[in-house]
Amino acid sequence: MQVIDMETVALRELNETLHAQTDTTNQTKWVIDNPKGAHAIACGLDAPIEVTVKGSTGYYCAGMNKQATINIKGSAGPGVAENMMSGTVVIDGDASQYAGATAHGGLLVIKGNASSRCGISMKGVDIVVHGNIGHMSAFMAQSGNLVVCGDAGEALGDSLYEARLFVRGSVKSLGADCVEKEMRPEHLTLLADLLERAESDAKPEEFKRYGSARQLYNFNIDNAY
Amino acid sequence: MCGIVGLFLKDKTLEPKLGEMLSDMLVTMTDRGPDSAGIAIYNSENTNKNKIVVQSDTPEEAFKDLDQSLAKSLAVEVTIDVKSTHAVLTADCAFEDIKAALATLDPTIRVMSRGENLEIYKEVGLPKNVAERFAIGAMSGTHGIGHTRMATESAVTTMGAHPFNTGMDQCLVHNGSLSNHNSLRRKLRREGVHIETENDTEVGAAYLTWQMQNGATLGEALESGLDALDGFFTFVVGTKDGFGVVRDPIACKPAVMAETDQYVAFGSEYRALVNLPGIETARVWEPEPATVYFWSHDDTSSATGKAA
Repeated sequence: MQVIDMETVALRELNETLHAQTDTTNQTKWVIDNPKGAHAIACGLDAPIEVTVKGSTGYYCAGMNKQATINIKGSAGPGVAENMMSGTVVIDGDASQYAGATAHGGLLVIKGNASSRCGISMKGVDIVVHGNIGHMSAFMAQSGNLVVCGDAGEALGDSLYEARLFVRGSVKSLGADCVEKEMRPEHLTLLADLLERAESDAKPEEFKRYGSARQLYNFNIDNAY
Repeated sequence: MCGIVGLFLKDKTLEPKLGEMLSDMLVTMTDRGPDSAGIAIYNSENTNKNKIVVQSDTPEEAFKDLDQSLAKSLAVEVTIDVKSTHAVLTADCAFEDIKAALATLDPTIRVMSRGENLEIYKEVGLPKNVAERFAIGAMSGTHGIGHTRMATESAVTTMGAHPFNTGMDQCLVHNGSLSNHNSLRRKLRREGVHIETENDTEVGAAYLTWQMQNGATLGEALESGLDALDGFFTFVVGTKDGFGVVRDPIACKPAVMAETDQYVAFGSEYRALVNLPGIETARVWEPEPATVYFWSHDDTSSATGKAA
């Protein structure tokens, strides 16, 4: 196990060290001490390694992640796992605004609550939030799954494309063109798998599914160029 | 961007360290804004005298014998404590009288703050330099707020720096930008409210002052501010015995809070809080949008939500 203490190692050196890991590295377990809310910790990783961040992080932790498994032992600041491509990011605490924004793939698990704009413009990522999410979540979400075991804030799924949203608790309000949809067997199977991978004991049957009504301007073929 | 911080102490034994803790929090936020910085400190002294912090670009000339000339024109005892470009004037008479006397004696002297316990220090420059210049680290107090500015809406000057004094013992710092400040400034000026600069935050501060002069409590003023102010804001406000936080309904300006038995702290980012005692076990959360939070030494704290 490799340990990097941010009290003594600069952020750039830390990230360069992690970037230097390749697909065949035998240094597969990393621990980062004293993150103290620093920005851009473990950003842009592209190797099958496990990184444990022992504390809370600032902006853009685990951004653009590929392959790596990153576990934040505290809470995460704005833009955690932004534009993630693959791999897994697990946050033991809460996540600030726009968690998982624009992410293309991988799994983002937030064990506490997520703030506003969770999964905004998501493009294929799976996000599972054990607690609640804030307003404007999944705004213009294009693809992927957002699972919320608690409640959702205002304007959920506004201007949604093809992403699937599953909420167990209440939804304060739905955004433009977002509607409740029937839960079919394939959705229950999908949910069961996501909940298991996210270590949630919620039952798929307790959720409601929301998606795009496909009524906005851009869904009308006559408006295409 | 801008970086803002606030610290409200519950544990009296921490009071001698307030200036040091608050400056440390603000210095951590330096890279959120390098243009100007300021700190407001509330001390626990109970003198029942009015304290006015004034600023001059030529302090050596302006503050020389200022206490004596003021004492002569006001016919009361005036004390002066000069700190770099600022001076703390203390006098047992009404603020309006002191302000009028100052305007006659030297119209270039600017008022930074007024109140019994409040002192505001602010200048162009980095938080570290501003804190050192005014020896903020050595100040004790019960609560305080701070700001480091990345200017967007108006010039980088001392008067454009935060905190803004909103009334006796009241002040405010702002992260964000107000988009209706020109129309609101015109409206407030028609109501007879004095607004000095082209700065957006000063209009926000003046709006709150005007509301409170018309009978609103600070909480009510902040709530009506949610309707009247258009744009982005996270405000942290200080009053004689308390400290409040409110964010606009969109809440894109960051905010994080921490509470323990010893204090309530606010930071634009978690980084600002990491050196506080017991932060590892503190309750840390993000304040909700369009919700007024308030803590007071009267031992009442509250959070009132308002629909956006």
